[in-house]
Amino acid sequence: MNIDKKIVDDLVANDVSFITTVPCKQLAGVIEEVDRREGILHVPSNKEDEGMGLCAGAWMGGKRPAIIMQNTAIGVTINTLATLIQYYRMPLPMLISYRGELREPVACQVEMAVHTKALLAQLNIPTYHFHHQSDAAELDEILKYTFMCNKPVAILTDANFWGGYGDQ
Amino acid sequence: MIRSEILREIAPILRDQLVICNIGIPSQELHAIDDQPSNFYMLGTMGLASSIGLGLALAQPKTVIAIDGDGSVLTNLGTLPTIANNVADNYILLIIDNGSYGSTGDQPTYAGKKTSLAAVAQACGCERVIECQAEDTGAVLQAAIDARQMTVIVCKCDSGNAKMPVITMDPVVIKDRFMKAVQA
Repeated sequence: MNIDKKIVDDLVANDVSFITTVPCKQLAGVIEEVDRREGILHVPSNKEDEGMGLCAGAWMGGKRPAIIMQNTAIGVTINTLATLIQYYRMPLPMLISYRGELREPVACQVEMAVHTKALLAQLNIPTYHFHHQSDAAELDEILKYTFMCNKPVAILTDANFWGGYGDQ
Repeated sequence: MIRSEILREIAPILRDQLVICNIGIPSQELHAIDDQPSNFYMLGTMGLASSIGLGLALAQPKTVIAIDGDGSVLTNLGTLPTIANNVADNYILLIIDNGSYGSTGDQPTYAGKKTSLAAVAQACGCERVIECQAEDTGAVLQAAIDARQMTVIVCKCDSGNAKMPVITMDPVVIKDRFMKAVQA
């Protein structure tokens, strides 16, 4: 089964109907799929903290939100995660492209990759790491868990999960 | 007129609407002047009032007024293209532009110098942008509500703060009563 479609099917099955995205090459297929679905309002944002603000508003307006972004965004959003999403106890699934892991061609991406899990752990954010495509079988449970506990939850998807970087 | 005087004047208009209020002294002032369950006070996260307001407006049909400041909009300038390109006709962004960072000691912002936030909003694609003087805020705001058209209001006013107590309400309580007001 197409992994992009499977991911978006799981989001839809869990009533996620508001998704904001900051683009990533690896997540391009998922973002396209999100854009295609009738039942999802897709609002691209310019920066990830802005996106989390949109998600907070959508949640209070009655829609289940999600954000799709790169792991570099963890560096951008720590304040927002702590003082908005966590402080007000809001659920937020974060589908994250985990750049800078095995098969990464761009050295600078490693500089945030080495901090990603440590920062998420410091913030007490439940974190799941998809390394093989079969790991995505847990996505449905992860989404249910997120909306059960009203917390931000990170789903890191690395290059191996996405099948590398094509010709690189 | 300073921000607290404007808030006092528009409080009767705000009372019947969903309001997302900017961090710091603006929220403290609104809370002290006319606390309502339909007010969402930001206790942290400078810059995101306009984003929260847009998300809320896109998710449900009631009118949403985000009360923001010039300093906070400058912090999250990327919000204006997002607002322009995702039109919610139940959304009003009210920027109280006093040309200063009020909550941190009235340091000047660039909006008080050469930068026009109304011109920036227009350049970003916002179609209904109204710059007004503080005294006219109530009339402009009521007209925007009645128009049912997405509106950015830049209200030019004097710098200064009223001395109000810090909000001690728990954030989860603020959110919970606000969500009930949204659903009511």
